[in-house]
Amino acid sequence: MMIPACRLEDLPRGEAHRLDIDPPVSVFHTDDGELFAIDDTCTHQDASLADGWLEGCEVECPLHASKFDLRTGAVDAPPAKLPVRTHEVFVEDGMIHVRLSMDAPNLPPCIAARLAGGPA
Amino acid sequence: MRTVAVVGASLAGLSAARSLRKQGYDGRLVVIGDEFHRPYDRPPLSKEFLAGTLGEGELALEADGEDLGVEWLLGAQAVELDHAGRAVRLADGREVHADGFVIATGAAARTLPGSEGLAGVHTLRTLDDARALRDELARGGRLVVIGGGFIGAEVASTAYALGLDVTVVEAAPTPLAGPLGETMGAIVSALHADHGVRLVCGVGVKGLSGETRVDAVLLEDGRGLPADIVVVGVGARPCVEWLEGSGIALDNGVKCGADGRTNLAGVVAVGDCANWYDPRAGLHRRVEHWTGARERPDAAVATLLAGGAVQPGVPRPPYFWSDQYGVKIQFAGHAAGADSVTIEAGAADDRDVLAVYRRAGRPVAVLGMNQPRLFMRRRKELAADAS
Ligand SMILES: Cc1cc2nc3c(=O)[nH]c(=O)nc-3n(C[C@H](O)[C@H](O)[C@H](O)COP(=O)(O)OP(=O)(O)OC[C@H]3O[C@@H](n4cnc5c(N)ncnc54)[C@H](O)[C@@H]3O)c2cc1C
Ligand code: FES
Repeated sequence: MMIPACRLEDLPRGEAHRLDIDPPVSVFHTDDGELFAIDDTCTHQDASLADGWLEGCEVECPLHASKFDLRTGAVDAPPAKLPVRTHEVFVEDGMIHVRLSMDAPNLPPCIAARLAGGPA
Repeated sequence: MRTVAVVGASLAGLSAARSLRKQGYDGRLVVIGDEFHRPYDRPPLSKEFLAGTLGEGELALEADGEDLGVEWLLGAQAVELDHAGRAVRLADGREVHADGFVIATGAAARTLPGSEGLAGVHTLRTLDDARALRDELARGGRLVVIGGGFIGAEVASTAYALGLDVTVVEAAPTPLAGPLGETMGAIVSALHADHGVRLVCGVGVKGLSGETRVDAVLLEDGRGLPADIVVVGVGARPCVEWLEGSGIALDNGVKCGADGRTNLAGVVAVGDCANWYDPRAGLHRRVEHWTGARERPDAAVATLLAGGAVQPGVPRPPYFWSDQYGVKIQFAGHAAGADSVTIEAGAADDRDVLAVYRRAGRPVAVLGMNQPRLFMRRRKELAADAS
């Protein structure tokens, strides 16, 4: 599925834009001007990576500091153990679009339980 | 370097082993730990694990299938560092010879003198402690937590959610005043009262009463607080006794430089047992937080592998988090030395504040309660400002 995110001019370098879909996805504009999209929820617990510390091609989770590689989704170190899903991004007529991955997301246990209809 | 011995098999020890491999060390790597468990995560022990929402398997710090090529010596206690002979001696008489050493023995919970052997009295530092406490909390009853610091407050919050009747006793007039300062310590510890958890402040604990099992906590003002379970959360001491006599400089832990180097060649120290030099403040600090134990081994290992020939970078201001009563508490920097603290977003009454601590107008620390986004911005500024 393809989703329009926001206008490129509205997303300055060093910032992230969260799409409130379920599960949420965020687009990151790096200081070098590259665009990446990943699942917004940290795979460890319920934290929004759009709130994280963006440096180079990595974002550090705002809660417990696991870092995710925006290019591959790979996680560097505990407490998170699983990668985040990455999505394809492209710009058309100044508009950023995200093509959602068909892979299953790696959601933290608390969110996965909610999506499965269990207790939050 | 042909063999590196890491002593302490928890977060700092594992992070050191990972840093060694990441930085290209391909020699023999021995990790010695006195617990029988592979490295596991401690923060959940007072939170999700104690609450029963996270199982033991999920505490593992190593990723599935991760292989660092480590020889694990578990259930093995180091009792001596023989620097001249370049060896660590273990309690069972074995010796591990190595040319590089990483000291990562962490800290142990302080106990209350006279409480030994009394059933129902717990401390919380290890998985075994947490299992025992969890089983006891499951039976319900009256819990008295001695110490209103972070561990005490988290246990109180978790036990409250499990339906126990909870009282927290704190000797200082305001809990958390040390790490957070008076004003914010009062705001954060007001979370207890919000949930009907009693907070008794400004009075010390004289002792415990009970024959074989604790039945009350006796206060210095003569009061007694009836208790079925007691948790002693009065801080931790660095595990460095085993290093006495080794020639390593000890002072509130292993005294080391900003890059973890000790006064002994080929020996670095990391994590809760290390009293690091803070170049910004110009003094040594022992910081007992997860993120430091996870990140600082990178610098210490670089120093070890380079034989001390690298210039240490300035580490980020220390950071920690705590979860209490569903509120995410985050703190970075040092509150001590601040001459003002301002709430810049949210409101104390809503328990969702973002507060900035300043000294002579410059930010020195930041506290967030349920403000991860703003907190991260401020934390970034703090790091940039301080470097
Ligand atoms: C219940 C709890 C909750 C916490 N919550 C938070 C939190 O929310 N946020 C936060 O920032 N921090 C938190 N912390 C702190 C964090 O867990 C520590 O900072 C971190 O564990 C330090 O790691 P370490 O490896 O230096 O030490 P430790 O984790 O203490 O590990 C040291 C290891 O060395 C072993 N050892 C000791 N002596 C010897 C010896 N002589 N020979 C062999 N092995 C030895 C010990 O048994 C232990 O396994 C919490 C800690 C606890 C206990
Ligand atoms: S929630 Fe992201 S590392 Fe814990």
